[in-house]
Amino acid sequence: MSLITPDFGLFFWMAVVFLCVLAILWKFGFPVIVNMVNERKAFIDGSLQKAHEATERLANIQKEGEALLQEAREKQSVLLKEAKETHDAIVAKAEGDAREQANKLLADAKAQIEAEKAAAIREIRTQVAELSVQIAEKVVRQNLSDNTAQMQLIDKLLDEVSVEK
Amino acid sequence: MKYLRTILLMLAVTFTANVAFAAEHSENEEEGGISLKEILFGHVQDAYQWHVTDLGGEPVIIHLPMIFYSQNSGFHVYCTSQFEHEPNAELLREGPDGFYIQGAEDEKGKIVEKVGDELQPVCFDISITKQVCILFIDAIILLLCILIPARWCKKHKVDDPAPSGFTGMMHMLIMSVYNDLIKSTLGDKADKYAPYLLTCFFFIFFANLMGVMPFPPGGGNITGNIAVTAFLALCTFLVTNVTGNGHYWREIFWPEVPTWLKCPVPLMPVIELFGVFIKPIVLMVRLFANMLAGHAIAISLSCMIFIMFGLGGFMGNLLGGIITPVSVLMSIFMMFLELLVCYIQAMVFTLLSAIYIEMSHAHHHE
Repeated sequence: MSLITPDFGLFFWMAVVFLCVLAILWKFGFPVIVNMVNERKAFIDGSLQKAHEATERLANIQKEGEALLQEAREKQSVLLKEAKETHDAIVAKAEGDAREQANKLLADAKAQIEAEKAAAIREIRTQVAELSVQIAEKVVRQNLSDNTAQMQLIDKLLDEVSVEK
Repeated sequence: MKYLRTILLMLAVTFTANVAFAAEHSENEEEGGISLKEILFGHVQDAYQWHVTDLGGEPVIIHLPMIFYSQNSGFHVYCTSQFEHEPNAELLREGPDGFYIQGAEDEKGKIVEKVGDELQPVCFDISITKQVCILFIDAIILLLCILIPARWCKKHKVDDPAPSGFTGMMHMLIMSVYNDLIKSTLGDKADKYAPYLLTCFFFIFFANLMGVMPFPPGGGNITGNIAVTAFLALCTFLVTNVTGNGHYWREIFWPEVPTWLKCPVPLMPVIELFGVFIKPIVLMVRLFANMLAGHAIAISLSCMIFIMFGLGGFMGNLLGGIITPVSVLMSIFMMFLELLVCYIQAMVFTLLSAIYIEMSHAHHHE
């Protein structure tokens, strides 16, 4: 057997064995493994992509949450401010009203007091006049005997009263 | 440090064993020397029986079936044990029913039949020789190594955890070949040819590794046998030319070169046509020569020890003593180199096959 002459028997068996192995591996071997590994690769890539997206979404949600919180805080402060203003306004108004009312009451009271005072003075004056008249009557009754003197006195008194009134 | 000590110990043991064996060998050898050629050819070539080693002067032989068809007496099946191990004076090993094996004891000679006084070679010899046997073992190991990981794939869903151990390793190896050699060369046509190219790769790779292993079930030299590489190259040749498209054939018979190169004298077409046949022949010869050379170097390095001791006398022993550690170290180095070559040659064969297939589909889209 020369080294470089292909041997028929070995060539024959090589053909048989290699073609059998090729057929078996073509059917059950390599495509199965290659497809599986490629599918796994696709699956892992997909999972990574999803994880990435989820992380991104989570970050977005956090950001959104913070934004919402910030907004809420701002709204709160605005509301608080408004409430305070309203409160102040109400209080101021109430004070004003109260003052007005009090003034009005005071004025009313003063007016009434004035009126009553005037009435009282009038009454007193009337009473004083009556008393004076009565006193005068009494005085006059006692001294009516002397006509001349009495006439003079009456005129004098009348004058005085007239001047007074 | 621990490993270093182990290695040194192993070296010392190998060294003493070699020296002792060589000394014994040189004493027993009546011619006073050994034939490197005989040992080398005995190792790298085919034989009807599997001569593993010699133990205490007795050969350890795995007997294998012989199947052949003779023009005179039809099909025959024998066992190599039915033939004499030692050839007679005419270099014929006698067997039953007037059949002989021509050639020396570990040589795969022709089977001849004695018809009258004439020796007629049988015409159809498909004996399970040593290399066919190793071919079977290689095929079985290959099938196991691929089908076990493939079974994992069938039993598991896509979202299962990744495989570990052997299955994971094979997946990684297969995908590295698929992605780096096949996909990168063939692109979107990869899936169509991947099973063939992957089978080529792993068949060659496993056969190469089996060749490096120095004892059964390895020890054969099947990728260093031209019949095996010829068949592989033939497969690539057929795949390339059967699936080649019109553009490929146009490139061969009417290439885009100045007209004077192809019109009156078809210079370029002839060269291109030669190329079609030279490509697979190169594939065949490269793999064959590389693996054969690896075996030849390994055996030569080991035989150097025996040759030196075979010189005899003081000089022989001195040279033998000097050459033994060198030879052992070189053998270890060559073994590692061979492992590398095993992978590289399988890779080169697959890559070139892929490139040839790609070339036969060239300019498909234009």
